[in-house]
Amino acid sequence: MTRRDWALAVVIVAITLAVGLRSPVFLTPRNALDIANDSALLSILVIGQMPVLLTRGIDLSVASNLALTGMLVALFGKLFPGAGAPVLIVLALALGAAQGALNGWLITRFELPPIVVTLGTMSVYRGAIHLVSGGAWVNDQDIHASIKALPRAELLGLPLLVWFAAAVAALGWWLLRWRRAGRDLYACGGNPHAALVVGIPVPQRIRMAYTLSGALAGLAGLLWVGRYAIAFTELATGFELTVIAACVIGGVSIAGGVGTVGGALLGVLFIGVINAALPVIHVSPFWQQAIAGAVILVSVLLNSRAQRQAGQQILERPAA
Amino acid sequence: MKAWGSWERVLAALIVAVYVGFGVGIDGFASPYAVADSTTNMSEKALIAMAMALLIIAGEIDLSIAATMALCSLAMGYAMQAGAGPAGMLAAALGCGLACGAFNGWLVTRWQLPSIVVTIGTLSLYRGLALVLLGDQAITGYPEWLSQWGNGTLGDLAGWPWLIVPIEFGVMGAVAVVFMLLQHRTVHGRRIYAIGANPVAARFSGIAVQRYRLGLFVVAGLMAALAAVQLTGRIGSTRPNLAMGWELDAITIVILGGVAIQGGRGSIVGVLLATVLLGGFTFALGMLNVSGMVMTIVVGALLIGAMVLPRLTSKRAKSARQR
Repeated sequence: MTRRDWALAVVIVAITLAVGLRSPVFLTPRNALDIANDSALLSILVIGQMPVLLTRGIDLSVASNLALTGMLVALFGKLFPGAGAPVLIVLALALGAAQGALNGWLITRFELPPIVVTLGTMSVYRGAIHLVSGGAWVNDQDIHASIKALPRAELLGLPLLVWFAAAVAALGWWLLRWRRAGRDLYACGGNPHAALVVGIPVPQRIRMAYTLSGALAGLAGLLWVGRYAIAFTELATGFELTVIAACVIGGVSIAGGVGTVGGALLGVLFIGVINAALPVIHVSPFWQQAIAGAVILVSVLLNSRAQRQAGQQILERPAA
Repeated sequence: MKAWGSWERVLAALIVAVYVGFGVGIDGFASPYAVADSTTNMSEKALIAMAMALLIIAGEIDLSIAATMALCSLAMGYAMQAGAGPAGMLAAALGCGLACGAFNGWLVTRWQLPSIVVTIGTLSLYRGLALVLLGDQAITGYPEWLSQWGNGTLGDLAGWPWLIVPIEFGVMGAVAVVFMLLQHRTVHGRRIYAIGANPVAARFSGIAVQRYRLGLFVVAGLMAALAAVQLTGRIGSTRPNLAMGWELDAITIVILGGVAIQGGRGSIVGVLLATVLLGGFTFALGMLNVSGMVMTIVVGALLIGAMVLPRLTSKRAKSARQR
């Protein structure tokens, strides 16, 4: 834990206690479980987004990917009622990974800026949901029983959704802390040119990051559809901003090369606590988006002051 | 920087192909009324696309431009409810746009932050504020002159019924002339190219880089305000989701118009042609009853295609030269 992480943790505890003083129900284990459940999906997406941000990239297509994969899995479950949970999980991971790999291929093969590529695929994937579903909703009764059971089933007193998030976080930590491929991602973002010179296969690592982000978005899509028991075209619209907000709050630098899994999870927890606290202190949930925006700006300001470096060029030009 | 290059010719040919092709294929598409109608939607997008083009040429980006539109429309609505006249309502919208753009620019220039993160943050903030203020409500009951502005034709104003060019198209034309002169005929335009091509060299050659950046963000805010006034007039109401997703359309138009995403290159003429091309194409799809969600696929695919295509051709040209 860095000093920044500790500071963020202190802020989270302070908010929790302050809200808890006004309404003690906020400090019950039941509420903690609610926050964990609500944050689980976000944390899966954040662990996917973080490696991408580390390489100086950004993946704006995650929410569309989530919704498209969720819809495809829901339709698959409707067509093949015999399919079991493992098949559905593998399918969701594969479908999501394919979409992520397409992002990575476009970015590395044509040396395009990630922001614009993923802005484009964001709307392509979103529109594709409408094509495959014909604009119809897949409702509760049509969703495969094991999709619905997946996030709700309990293991050792915790819902499976939380276990999924914990497993993803542990794998992400292991990859980024102990695996060469993960360490390479920091080098790719810290100094892409130097990374190439020391022999890191930069394009390959970047493709890996986007594929991973896509696969986790696919998994999140399966769990999202299971949790809310519905799939439709506008599912999770705009959620990519929340994902990026959580990363930035958690100290992941948008300029690449900086960020830890622990910090990013604290960012998720911060958003989870804020969102849970708003209704308790009688603030309209409409405030959520505005608060997320303000918090992004404040964290970016703090990050830049801490690093005291010149801002990175947003649209990086190829070394001519 | 040439305003009329080979890419602009390609776009012009594509526009002709779209209007002729769909004109033959769809009954009524080639009628003057339909063509005039097809320009209203694109006129508003052209306003924000031109401002976005200058920003991207200068190496910046503004993702909050559509959210700014929502907030400006809201400001105008509140001004109306407070009893302001036309001047007051316009001033409220433009003032709001100015404030939003200046805030973006201040964050980018004063704190040296990358504009992409700043405007992702302000996108969320501005759209969120619109949500907080309006909730699930809408502001309606706009006066007649505003609806006239959004839906009327220049002929109505002049009293010539044969002139069916929409007022919005006239406004776009006037603004486009200003942008073209600014970008292609003044030193400011050349400086914007220089900033985008190499900000450090631009600074060393005595260009007030930060002042230009701030100015461009303010221009983007003002254009968003103008577009918001027209859009509100046309649809007659203000909702928090006004112009949702238009930042994607604006960026697509800019890239399709031949502006280099890494900055330093591009022309306003290309952006205008891309606006007409995309506007005509989506209008034709609309007449064919293609749903809006399918159109977003087209827009997204065009955005990626417009970036991939020049890479392919320039790579081929490069390898041909090497051989």
